[in-house]
Amino acid sequence: MSKRIVVDPITRIEGHLRIEVIVDDNNIVQEAYSSSTLWRGIETILKGRDPRDAGFFTQRICGVCTYSHYRAGIIAVEDALGINPPLNAKLVRSLMNMALYLHDHPVHFYHLHGLDWVDVVSALSADPHKAADEAFKYSSNPIACGADSLVETLKRVGDFVKKGNLGPFANAYWGHKTYRFTPEQNLIALSHYLKALEMQRIAAQMMAVLGGKQPHPQSLTVGGVTCIMDLQDPSRLGEFLTKFKEMADFVNRAYYPDLVMAAKAYASEPSVNAGLGTANLITSKEFLVNGNEYLFDGGVILNGDISKVFDIDEAKITEEATHSWYADDEALHPYNGKTNPKYTGFKDEETLNGKGKMENTKVIKENEKYSWVKSPRYNGKPMQVGPLANIVINYAKGNKRVTKVVDQFLKDAGLPLKAVFSTLGRTAARMIEAKIVADNGLEAFNSLIQNLKVDDSTYTSYQIDKNKEYKGRFLGNAPRGILGHWVKIKNGVIENYQAVVPSTWNAGPKDAKGVRGPYEESLVGLKIADLSQPLEIIRVVHSFDPCIACAVHMMDTKGNELSQYKVDLSCFY
Amino acid sequence: MKQRNLYQDLSNRLGKLSNLPKMKDDGKSIASLLEEHGVSRRDFMKWAASMTALLALPASFSPLIAKAAELTDRLPVIWLHMAECTGCSESLLRTDAPTIDSLIFDYISLEYHETLMAAAGWQAEQTLEESIKKYKGRYVLMVEGGIPSGKSNFYLTVGPKGQTGESHAKEAADNALAIFAIGTCSSFGGIQAAAPNPTNAQPLYKVTKKPVINVPGCPPSEKNIVGNILQYILFGTLPALDAYNRPKWAYGKRIHDQCERRAHFDAGEFIQEFGDEGAKKGYCLYKVGCKGPYTFNNCPRVRFNQHTSWPVQVGHGCIGCSEPDFWDKMGPFEAPLSDRLYHTVFGGLGADATADKIGETILTVTALGIAAHAAISIIKKPKE
Repeated sequence: MSKRIVVDPITRIEGHLRIEVIVDDNNIVQEAYSSSTLWRGIETILKGRDPRDAGFFTQRICGVCTYSHYRAGIIAVEDALGINPPLNAKLVRSLMNMALYLHDHPVHFYHLHGLDWVDVVSALSADPHKAADEAFKYSSNPIACGADSLVETLKRVGDFVKKGNLGPFANAYWGHKTYRFTPEQNLIALSHYLKALEMQRIAAQMMAVLGGKQPHPQSLTVGGVTCIMDLQDPSRLGEFLTKFKEMADFVNRAYYPDLVMAAKAYASEPSVNAGLGTANLITSKEFLVNGNEYLFDGGVILNGDISKVFDIDEAKITEEATHSWYADDEALHPYNGKTNPKYTGFKDEETLNGKGKMENTKVIKENEKYSWVKSPRYNGKPMQVGPLANIVINYAKGNKRVTKVVDQFLKDAGLPLKAVFSTLGRTAARMIEAKIVADNGLEAFNSLIQNLKVDDSTYTSYQIDKNKEYKGRFLGNAPRGILGHWVKIKNGVIENYQAVVPSTWNAGPKDAKGVRGPYEESLVGLKIADLSQPLEIIRVVHSFDPCIACAVHMMDTKGNELSQYKVDLSCFY
Repeated sequence: MKQRNLYQDLSNRLGKLSNLPKMKDDGKSIASLLEEHGVSRRDFMKWAASMTALLALPASFSPLIAKAAELTDRLPVIWLHMAECTGCSESLLRTDAPTIDSLIFDYISLEYHETLMAAAGWQAEQTLEESIKKYKGRYVLMVEGGIPSGKSNFYLTVGPKGQTGESHAKEAADNALAIFAIGTCSSFGGIQAAAPNPTNAQPLYKVTKKPVINVPGCPPSEKNIVGNILQYILFGTLPALDAYNRPKWAYGKRIHDQCERRAHFDAGEFIQEFGDEGAKKGYCLYKVGCKGPYTFNNCPRVRFNQHTSWPVQVGHGCIGCSEPDFWDKMGPFEAPLSDRLYHTVFGGLGADATADKIGETILTVTALGIAAHAAISIIKKPKE
């Protein structure tokens, strides 16, 4: 008989996410549901406000990819107003996005996703000397893996475990049979977990040098950037450069080798060597490195066919709400989207609890609406977004910066190209993306230095004509994938605002045709060893790096259609 | 003399705390833990001294601060996520090198924190229930995010039982020893509570009857979070608070009065437009919207990311993020309040009209006074 498993909350993510699966007698997932359980309404709040403020509001969609929505909000308004910011401003924005990636990707792997791969308790039985030797198998110059630091790590963690109160590490799935690292490999990864806690501070400082603070930097403005004094100060630029290099070093000496180690150890683990899920991929061009060149190119791949890469046609992007808690189900382009919140709640059902017993639970109504996330579609199809899509599309396009790293990684890990299409591939692609940024990002820095010698402009003046109507959009990549913001401006204030966010693409529920979203699709066919400890589910979902506050946002864009919270625009002017 | 008594009171209180049973019976003090992590006693005392200064206590209190930190291992902490963006948790992760703040935080035993904890699903829910039961009346509660409330509480549910965020927050608050609202959302409702507040998001103090210490900021610096834990341990009561329940030691002074660009304000030297010559010279940001004159926080002193920078240093005005309802009251962020032409909340009235029609008097009068100075100082500016 089939059984339903509820995992809520999915922890070690941004935001509030619930996953439900139906398994058969062999514990194989037959059906999956992705449900977000929080709704905030930021786009509605934006209506009627000063367009110059849009970026500050959208920034608060998310404090993890804290810069993505800020930049998107600023550039969408610039696009609407027809503003072309100076090259210095564009390069600073690109460098700040790199700082974000070099923070976000390692933090995801080590602190959010890491415990799905690393068994902390197993590390305690490691031989630190053997582990130190082991580290050289994956890197010719490992970091934080000398016998001295491993002995220290062992002692630190050992003392912690001996206390009997594991704090944030309590109640986890230690000893789960799908953990594949040896004790020595666990110890190496654990040492990097601690080292990465230190390194992420440096990456955040890198952002703060040009952004004032991180999370939530504050140096972008419609028309350019404000950090001109820092750009004129060689010691500040030097700080950025040094911190960039420190992070690049960590990516090359810890993050890359750890993924090679994981790829080898987990190559035959069925819960990670499959699970591509949705095989339609989409990504945007990103990371300006000089006047006209980008590190990554954009495109679309359908049905996993890497022989053909299509250009993005923005008109094909729609969102629908058949299974989302909104009243209007129809598929609409973001400029015309509408939303009327319509919460229909859960139903009561007995499910298997964490102790393997049946317990009364609130479960979703799978035939009705079940999530605050909508279902974005491209030409009617669900799309997987994120580093995997970005790396695969750029590989297919023959982007030399990408093919070089991918080929090297596959060679080091001893895997064929098709291995990329998996949960492991999603996690590895994130590292590969970080490495490409780390290895090439300073091209943008050098372009900035060259340009500053002849041009110190950071801002383009503009006027907002209150009698004109404007519309514009941003399309680019955030750490979790392609991000779009759409804005309409009328009477000098924001009339409509809409964001289609990476985690909306990935976390969305089924559409009108019953086609699953990417999280859901990637879980079907997964075998779960122990139904009361569904580590496999968590591992697969974490490989997408969920950012649910981003995914759930207010979809309304048509001023007066929010009947429940109707805002009378006429009183604004 | 008065200071002596305060010192005595604190010593007595710490003495009492020392006698309480330790939460972890491994016989280890934080001193030995620090040693294990390669932090010397001397480094620790230096840190204690800087925290003492930050808490605006006399230097002679340093040894007490150090003692207080050593006692933090008696305090289990539960951190709940409501309607939020996780920026406050991220801010906490940016704790200082040489990692001492994060160490302190580890040592207070983080029982439940959804972003960092290893457990998920049923096991996570179980951790929360057990922690509340086991440490009833003994744990510190920290809440991040606004709380969809009342008839709209379904906008956030957590756990396999589909409980509302509101009920989680209520229950955790009812059984807590002390309650901190971390960040502007939890303190004042934050961005989701901005007009028209579609989810009826409320601040933590509206959903519990117990006293809440507000630590606003979007996000607050990690110093302000750690400083508040120490404040509680030292005094055993709520710290001295301002009208918005913000600890005075952190939020007692205006940004404007501590600002590195203040001299330019006084001299009437203003950036007229981003990117102009004044911007290159570091002039005052008032005319491009700085809300420093209306905002109370210690950003100019403490800064962010281990003192790396703060918004005014990178040439952008303060947006007033630690003030109640700043999303509705401080916009537009890049123009002076007195120039406000339209606004969602008050139906597009200018700030001048607002004072008459809505009665936001004090804020506006201040705005006008400052604006008058900005205008007059240009006229009065001596010829060079």
